[in-house]
Amino acid sequence: MSDLADLTISAAGVGLRSGEFSATDLLEAVHKRATMTEADLHAYLTIDRVGAAKAAVAAESAFRRGEDHGPLQGIPIALKDNMVTRAIETTASSKILAGWVPPYDATVVSRLKQAGSVIIGKTNLDEFAMGSSTENSAYGLTRNPWNPDTVPGGSSGGSAAAVAVGSALGSLGSDTGGSIRQPASFCGVVGVKPTYGLVSRYGLIAFASSLDQIGPFTRTVGDAALLLQAIAGHDPMDSTSYQGAIPDATSGLDAGVQGLRIGLITEMMGGEGYDPEVIAATRATVSKLENAGATVTEISMPSVDYALSAYYLIAPAECSANLARFDGVRYGLRVGGSTTEEMMANTRGEGFGPEVKRRILLGTYALSAGYYDAYYAQAQRVRTLVINDFNRAYETVDVLISPTAPTTAFKVGEKASDPLAMYLSDICTIPSNLSGHPGMSVPVGLDAAGLPIGVQILAPALGEPVMFRVAAEIERQAAFADRAVLATSAVPR
Amino acid sequence: MPEDESVSVPVDIDIARVARLARISLTGTELGIYEAQLPVIIDHAARVQALDTAGIEPTSHPLPLANVFRTDSVGDCLDRDEVLSQAPETQDHQFVVPRIMDEA
Amino acid sequence: MTYEAVIGIETHVELSTSSKMFCACPVDTDSEPNTNVCPVCLGLPGALPVMNEKAVEWAMMIGHGLNCEIVGHSVMSRKNYFYPDMPKNYQISQYDLPLCINGHLDIETDEGVRRVGVTRVHMEEDTGKSSHIGGDSGRIQDALYSLIDFNRAGTPLMEIVSEPDMRTPAEARAFVSELREIVLALGVSDAKLEDGSMRFDGNISMRPGGTEGFGVKVEIKNMNSMRSLQQALEYEIERQTELLVDGHEVVQETRHWNEGAGKTESMRSKEEAFDYRYFPEPDLVPLAVDEAWDRRVLAELPELPSQARSRFEDLGLDPEAAALVARGETGPLFAAAVEAGADPKSAANWLTGEVMAWTRRNNTDPAATPLTGKHIAQLSTMQGDGRLSASAAKEVLGWVLAGEGSPEEVAEARDLVQMSDAGELQGIVDYVLAENPEAVAKLAEGDEKVLGYLVGQVMKASGGKADPKLARELLAT
Repeated sequence: MSDLADLTISAAGVGLRSGEFSATDLLEAVHKRATMTEADLHAYLTIDRVGAAKAAVAAESAFRRGEDHGPLQGIPIALKDNMVTRAIETTASSKILAGWVPPYDATVVSRLKQAGSVIIGKTNLDEFAMGSSTENSAYGLTRNPWNPDTVPGGSSGGSAAAVAVGSALGSLGSDTGGSIRQPASFCGVVGVKPTYGLVSRYGLIAFASSLDQIGPFTRTVGDAALLLQAIAGHDPMDSTSYQGAIPDATSGLDAGVQGLRIGLITEMMGGEGYDPEVIAATRATVSKLENAGATVTEISMPSVDYALSAYYLIAPAECSANLARFDGVRYGLRVGGSTTEEMMANTRGEGFGPEVKRRILLGTYALSAGYYDAYYAQAQRVRTLVINDFNRAYETVDVLISPTAPTTAFKVGEKASDPLAMYLSDICTIPSNLSGHPGMSVPVGLDAAGLPIGVQILAPALGEPVMFRVAAEIERQAAFADRAVLATSAVPR
Repeated sequence: MPEDESVSVPVDIDIARVARLARISLTGTELGIYEAQLPVIIDHAARVQALDTAGIEPTSHPLPLANVFRTDSVGDCLDRDEVLSQAPETQDHQFVVPRIMDEA
Repeated sequence: MTYEAVIGIETHVELSTSSKMFCACPVDTDSEPNTNVCPVCLGLPGALPVMNEKAVEWAMMIGHGLNCEIVGHSVMSRKNYFYPDMPKNYQISQYDLPLCINGHLDIETDEGVRRVGVTRVHMEEDTGKSSHIGGDSGRIQDALYSLIDFNRAGTPLMEIVSEPDMRTPAEARAFVSELREIVLALGVSDAKLEDGSMRFDGNISMRPGGTEGFGVKVEIKNMNSMRSLQQALEYEIERQTELLVDGHEVVQETRHWNEGAGKTESMRSKEEAFDYRYFPEPDLVPLAVDEAWDRRVLAELPELPSQARSRFEDLGLDPEAAALVARGETGPLFAAAVEAGADPKSAANWLTGEVMAWTRRNNTDPAATPLTGKHIAQLSTMQGDGRLSASAAKEVLGWVLAGEGSPEEVAEARDLVQMSDAGELQGIVDYVLAENPEAVAKLAEGDEKVLGYLVGQVMKASGGKADPKLARELLAT
């Protein structure tokens, strides 16, 4: 391997510790890769060259002093721009937050800093994480490294593309309805949505509080486990943070799947909107697991057909309140008016993009007097049914498998004018956001057009160890990690 | 589980009223777009009403937690100048807003 | 036809915890604007609330003080409306599952005790403060612009909702006054009406006397004192009755009490009714109060004003004096004084009279002075047995309050003890008698007027320290 930007986190860790190269060398390689690719991809909104260079030097002197804060020390990491970073502009890709320089760090940012990692910059997303293509950014779209005519998925498209192309060794995204897993699938990288509560949401600009969860993007399953371990853990600043012992995602990476019980979700294995190539790749993956000693059964989860509907009531309802604070009074954009009411309405009218407005209106309507019980409360009851379905399934299987998304990356602009078609792209990922269970996407191959296909592994709450164990086996069988370099060379230089 | 999808609340959304509630000013064009789009989305979302949920408790938190508290002790506040540096308009160390029409 | 008023009161009480409801910023009203703020109470993107445990326990105490049931499973909700002094544009509050429900409060009325139902006590967060600049009326609608200080935002706020069980403004006033006494006795708030740490809104409707239905309800805001509460309600009864008598209808609306004009005024009518779009706050988890926790809180509940009053009555005070002593900070001192042997009436007089006057003059409260129950007992004994004159006793108390020591020590050191020992005084009496033979002769003739003169001479000879009563007795024999 000639270019440091193509290293995995664990390989880079070996090189940093052996003195083969320095944290600054590694950062420079990543910066060089960004310089080569950004004009075509636009994965980043902000690259903090000065801050990153300082962090790299700090990591180097820590190594020299013999201080080792673990596997992320000296590793360049990118952050989705809905995570608050002290002194680095944070916009969540919205005009309404243009120029906002936060006075504090999100808990995940503090944790990464404590772990000695080097924050490269902030990646592009669908405005306030609302979208599945990263086309809804007020600062321009991000393109898929495998084919710039296609979208990288979303909403964490920038974080997925940066890792795929080597302008970061790992990155963080947030997943409310599939916003980590679906772009991971589209970009041929590993993406993890941990159990709700495992990673603190303090400092994550909220979209839908009861669904949002931060997780890692990496090129390998092992790297994802390392990054997850670094950011997971109880946070007293987040009331919904899990207080118990954190499961060790790295514990079963080499254990294989002998004796594990795997369930294939019937409702996600075909039908309208599903690409037969994606279904075939999923079946092939499961066959390989069977050959490796797992038992496979099909499991029906009838309520998942309703999950998308429930999601499109719950998420907009929560976002309608979460985004009320953007009012032109304390920070961000202000568009004037003769009264405060007018100023607020003008600010929000100009500051929010069309998709954000659509969801705020949807949520405001769903919560308004007379509709609460028919919509929001009923959606929360459906949520209980989804959880019940999952719990029943996990009585007989250890993990569930499905495609991550019904299709591979779609063309830029293809679904931009049809919100429902766009929403359907999250149909496989949404149920586990409703249940709070963990899920991850692992790349397993390419379709006929040369675009990556991802397979989703779902596990019960705190089931990260078994989820990663299966993911590691899928990765070994698919031998896809080696293709990560392909992604980088696929990009016009 | 009954799947009678005809069971739904008739979708009749006064977008202008909803936009006022949400404090978002919309252009005429936007109003037209949302008037066409929102009923379609709501109609899809309203499928939840087809499910029999008698006796099912709603879930509002994925984690079954209760009683998460902090102790009553004082911690650090933010630097006022840093806070105010982000505001669109300030005077006398306070945030300025135009005339307020309604009393809360 | 005669009309009867139906009145309900909604009271907001700010808790005086050290830190705010959902963050670690101090609850402090005297700070410079926007200094007690953090990402949470300023509603910065990404910030999350975490509940103050003490605020929850204090809310439970208020619930117990108002005879409420503490609800085992309660949740916080978001109340959505836009207002520039509310940082998140939703208020974290409670909706369908409040912490305390179904309570009551007994108040004294002219027709005896009336029980006023307490529908609920729930927890929420206070807003920031806005000041309105420009315009000459000082009213919000006429201002040119407003300034916002978020120091108060996030202060724990309790909302106490009464049933519409009051029938007269005096009853409403008695309810609020008793509620305030309870909050003070619990030590959970300074409940200052003038600072807004306790504030109330009224709901009032009229109905034909003797009927049970409800008329059209009017909400009244901006009543900043007990007096304005009573006046506003009186005004409203008159206004609504007049409308009804003239065959008009009362409009359901919110009215503003204009203290200066002495009347309620219709507030600018809203474009449309409030639609708060409540839903459970997803950033907080439910509250589960089990019996053990509730018992722990109950065990720390201090004596309530009604309990203190009946205990003081049992100690020998009439109801009025008992109420006076129980109010404010004098209750514990009174109990200690009686325990130390003081006469209850005398102790009560000292506490509600001189002690309160001195502390008010010196801008402090009795608990902050070195005064003990024993001191009061000593003082009342010394006055009772004649060792201190009334004026000397007052002077002694002042020095005790100022920290000079016990009444005995102060009286001794400052030479204020009366000569009340017959043996000691007899020498001076004998001397005065010997010096005034003419007066003695007149006295022997039965001229009683001269006795006053002789007492005066004894006082003079004793340097003012003689007990005049005793001197008179000795002179007369």
